[in-house]
Amino acid sequence: MSARTGLWGILTEPLIRQNPVTLQILGICSALAVTTSVATALTMSGALTAVVVLSAGVISLIRRHIPDSIRLIVQIVIVASLVIVIDQLLQAYLFEISQRLSVFVSLITTNCLVLGRTESYSRHNPPLRAMVDALGNGLGYSLVLTVIGAIRELFGAGSLLGWQVFATVDQGGWYTPLNLMLLAPSAFFLLGGLVWAIRSILPDQAEALDYLRPDDPENAA
Amino acid sequence: MVDLNPLTAWRRFLALPNESRPKTLGMAFIVSAVCALMVSGATVMLRPIQAANRAVEQQARLEALISGIPGMTEVLSQAGGTVSTVVIDLNRGAAATGVQPETLSAALEDSGNWTGLTPAQDLAGLGQRPNYAQVYFLRDAGGDLSLVLLPISGAGYNGLIDAILALRADTNTIAGLAITNQSETPGLGARIEEAAWLDQFRSKTVADASGTIRFAVARGQAGSEYEVDGITGATRTSNAITRMMRFWLGPDGYGPLLQAIRRGEF
Repeated sequence: MSARTGLWGILTEPLIRQNPVTLQILGICSALAVTTSVATALTMSGALTAVVVLSAGVISLIRRHIPDSIRLIVQIVIVASLVIVIDQLLQAYLFEISQRLSVFVSLITTNCLVLGRTESYSRHNPPLRAMVDALGNGLGYSLVLTVIGAIRELFGAGSLLGWQVFATVDQGGWYTPLNLMLLAPSAFFLLGGLVWAIRSILPDQAEALDYLRPDDPENAA
Repeated sequence: MVDLNPLTAWRRFLALPNESRPKTLGMAFIVSAVCALMVSGATVMLRPIQAANRAVEQQARLEALISGIPGMTEVLSQAGGTVSTVVIDLNRGAAATGVQPETLSAALEDSGNWTGLTPAQDLAGLGQRPNYAQVYFLRDAGGDLSLVLLPISGAGYNGLIDAILALRADTNTIAGLAITNQSETPGLGARIEEAAWLDQFRSKTVADASGTIRFAVARGQAGSEYEVDGITGATRTSNAITRMMRFWLGPDGYGPLLQAIRRGEF
C-alpha cells in the first residue's frame, strides 16, 4: 500500500483486497469463537472496531514520543485499557450479549489484528489516516465475522439474528439443524473455504510455495 | 537557573530524545497513569448499573428454577402459596437476628461477619465463608414448607461458580440446580449451564441413611441415585460442582440449617 493512497482507498482496501482475516490470517481465534450467531459476531465486531480505531488514534497522537525500547508495552497498555473500558460498557449496557461473549472481549487485547495495525501503521502515520486505516481493518474483520456468523447461525440453528428462517424439526418444521455448524471446527472449514474463494477470484493474493518437493519431476530439470 | 514553569518543563521533556532514560521512564509513567485513571473511572462509574443487571438476572434465574420444578408453579399459584426470603445465621442454623435482606450486603462488608476456613474444611476453595446467607422458603397453601432455595458458590476451573440449589422439604432430595454465574471454558465447563445437564439433578438424593453426603458428579455416566453424569473434557469443573455441593450441604455450610428444618423449626 503506497503512502499516497487517498483516505477512501485506505478505508476500502482492507475490506476485501487487504482483508486482515482472510489475507493476513490475523485475529482468527475470536473469529472462530464468537461466530455461532450473527448477534454475537456483530457485537464482537463493534467492540473490536471501536478498540482498534481508538487505539490507533491514541497511539498515532503520541507516536513521536514513544521510546522504541518500550513501544510494544506502551501499545499493549493502551489497547488493554481500552478493552477493559469497552468490556465494562458492554456489561453495563448490553449485559445479555456480554454474557455470551464471556472472555472473548477481554481477549481483544491479544488479538493480533489490533497490535498489527498499531505497530505497522499507526506508529508512522498521522491520527486521521491511522484511524481511517484502523476503521477499514475493523470493518474488514467485521465483514468476515458477519459472513461466517450468518452461515453458522443459518445452517446450525435455522435462524438469522434470532429470526427463524427455516422451521426446525423441533418446532414441527422440516429443517434438521446441522449441529457441526455450532462447533468451533466448522468456523475453520468456513474460513478456509472463504480464503480459498477469495484467492480464486483474486489470484494475486495466493502466496508462493515456501518449499518445492525435491522429488517432483517437474522441478528436477 | 532552575526553570519552574511547568509548561516549559513539559516542552523540555517532550524535546528529549526518545531513547533517553528520563523520557522512557516518563512516558511509561504517564501512559500507565492515564490508562489506570481511565480503567478505574469506567469501573467505578459503571458498577451500580452492572450490579443491577446481575440482580435482575439472578431473579430471572430464580424464577426459571422454581417454574422448572414439577409441581412448583401449582404450589405458587394456589392461594396462600408464598415465597419468603430469610437471612440465615449459618453457625446457628436459625434465622439471623438483626440482619435483614436489605441490610445483608452491608453486613457482609464487615470482615467480622466472615469465618475463615481451614484447608481441610474448605472443600469449595472459598478461603472464607459468610456467616449470613439469604435463602428462600416456598410454602404451600397449608403453610407447610415445600422447597428450600439455597445459594451456593465455589471455586471452578476459571473462577467462582455461583448457583442456587433447590431442596425438597425432606432436605435430602434435590429439586433442581440453577447456575447463576460462572466463567468456565466455553463449550466444555460452561456446559454446566445447559438445561439438559441441570435437569439430571432433579430427584437425586444427597445423603445415605447414615447421613453421609454421597452426592457427586460422576466421572462419565452416573451410576447411582446420588450421582449425575460428568461432563466430558471438564473434569475440573465437574469436581468443583461436587465439592461445592458437599461443602454447602455439610456442617460448615447449610448443615445446621438443614438439621433445624428436619426438626421442623421452619
